[in-house]
Amino acid sequence: MRKKVIYEIKSLYRDNFRVTGYEFGEGEESVCIVGNTRGNEIQQIYVCSQIVNRFKRLEEEGKIREGHKILVIPSINPYSVNIQKRFWPTDNTDINRMFPGYHLGETTQRIAAGVFENIKNYKYGMQFTSFYMPGKFTPHVRMMKTGFEDVELAKKFGMPYIILRNTRPYDTTTLNYNWQIWETNAFSIYTTATNVIDKASANMAIRSVLTFLNKEDIVDYHSHDGYISEVVDDRDMISVRTKKAGIFEGIVNVGDEVIKGQPLANIIAPYEGHIVETLEAPEDSIVFFAHDEPITYANTAVYKLIQREK
Amino acid sequence: MIKTIASVSLPVDEVLEIKKHRIIPAGGVTGKEKRISVVTGIHGDELEGQYVCYEMIRRINEQKDNLTGIVDIYPAMNPLGIDSITRGIPAFDLDMNRLFPGNKDGDMTEYMAAYIIKDVLGSDAVIDIHASNIYLTEIPQIRINELHRDWLVPIAKKTNVDFIWVHGASTVLESTFAYSLNSRNTPTLVVEMGVGMRITKKYGDQLVEGLFNLMREMGIWKGKTKEPRKPIISENPDDVTYLNAAKSGVFVPNVKHWERLKKGDHIGSIIDPLKGVVLDKIVSPVDGILFTIRDYPIVSEGSLVGRLLREEVVRASEIVNEQISKNDREQVNENTRDYMDGQKGEF
Repeated sequence: MRKKVIYEIKSLYRDNFRVTGYEFGEGEESVCIVGNTRGNEIQQIYVCSQIVNRFKRLEEEGKIREGHKILVIPSINPYSVNIQKRFWPTDNTDINRMFPGYHLGETTQRIAAGVFENIKNYKYGMQFTSFYMPGKFTPHVRMMKTGFEDVELAKKFGMPYIILRNTRPYDTTTLNYNWQIWETNAFSIYTTATNVIDKASANMAIRSVLTFLNKEDIVDYHSHDGYISEVVDDRDMISVRTKKAGIFEGIVNVGDEVIKGQPLANIIAPYEGHIVETLEAPEDSIVFFAHDEPITYANTAVYKLIQREK
Repeated sequence: MIKTIASVSLPVDEVLEIKKHRIIPAGGVTGKEKRISVVTGIHGDELEGQYVCYEMIRRINEQKDNLTGIVDIYPAMNPLGIDSITRGIPAFDLDMNRLFPGNKDGDMTEYMAAYIIKDVLGSDAVIDIHASNIYLTEIPQIRINELHRDWLVPIAKKTNVDFIWVHGASTVLESTFAYSLNSRNTPTLVVEMGVGMRITKKYGDQLVEGLFNLMREMGIWKGKTKEPRKPIISENPDDVTYLNAAKSGVFVPNVKHWERLKKGDHIGSIIDPLKGVVLDKIVSPVDGILFTIRDYPIVSEGSLVGRLLREEVVRASEIVNEQISKNDREQVNENTRDYMDGQKGEF
């Protein structure tokens, strides 16, 4: 294992801003794994830390195949983590909306450029990331439909789902999108949690990454193959939206199977306690995403469901 | 008439409403009137447009008989952001200007965006007033996506701004308010002026003069207006030089905003108050005019401290404007001669 500083900026009063990477193996740039880009993505750092720990052992045991270099960057944004802010401390910009970056640009553009320069030539790119809305996900691999995405390859993770995202204008500056444009096979991996540690889904993600690398003959790792992934276009997902705002009382959890008409959640009047709305499953389906905050706004997608095969 | 264009209940005892003030001619409407929409407050920390909205309404109400069209004023597109000194939409931490055209079936933020577009769509001109951000001060300017250059530059020239900046197209910008409207045949100008969290009254007054001039040209206003100033127009990315901080520290300017500089002039210093030393001396890399200057002193490596428009662009605009003025004078002379000839004919 070689620890190295990928990118560094001096600060006036804080310790230097550093992006630290961990390299394993020698040879072609095979795999790059990136953790958090936002300050609240703690689970994402945790997963990477466990992956670093596993690679360290695999390397000591000689189980990283010859000719492959693996780079793990647990955090692209330690500054935001340390002050518990999602975006960049001074200007609130999102590093994951700055790729491929610009060396002569603003601070977060420079960070993105400095990091991307070091990771853009890897054959496989994996990023642990999070959704902008608070909630829990069924673990999955997400790919942007850029024309370069390789669904068959994604199945090798053995995650329960592969979600194909139809790109929107603001997606074009994410790491995942730019990796694909630079011909890296890019995967965004979502575990259940973001700002809390969820060990079960973290372990599933770690096993999935190692399973993938074993199938691609990059590491020697044997476990069960995981799931036969179901491929879902994000447009085919069923959003269950609130009509009313209020206190959110979830009834079902991610991964639950629900039948048409089954209550999913109640919205409670915040002062008077009665139920103002009960959300029901519109189809027989599986809960893919569930809101997990105590309040909800109106018109908010609090559940995303995947319809079960009829 | 004040109207709510979008509303949504918040979780605890509050309704979020986006409002507009519509002013119509004293004698009512026929349905054929032109409509101008003045929009601001998409970013909650940009307040320069607040004064413009107030001043527009005040002046119109003072001379209501001169109003011959419809004026819609939308002072607060992001009321929660304005109230909480938050640039984006609080709680969602989203930039509202990346949500357009919105989606009526989408989440709360997309839903609001969709209703905003629905209400503004079809205006004969839309002015979206921004105030840079809390870090940079901008000279009153209009920014135009190069895709809409031919259509929008002639309108922008009527608005009394100092500078028109035609910038390159970018996929990310397709989700802005202005792009969404421009791509739906509703001409929308983005004004940037002043600085975040502040009101610069002289810039506000300057823009208000320009908006009345535009309204007059559109047939919405028949009162007196002032001749708009001739803006400098930049259409080439190489016209603008960016000055980014080479070091993290405290920026102390040495020049004034909108000052014409020579190559090598001392623009400012980045200092270290702990050590008492200058970390970097920023000098002008070209001859030009400083149309953006940093207002917020703390800088990180890469922070923008200023933008310069190259001297040759400034000069070229001045020569064109001098020529226009000369042509105007000649035209006036010709008109006068025609009039005199006519007079002669009468006799």
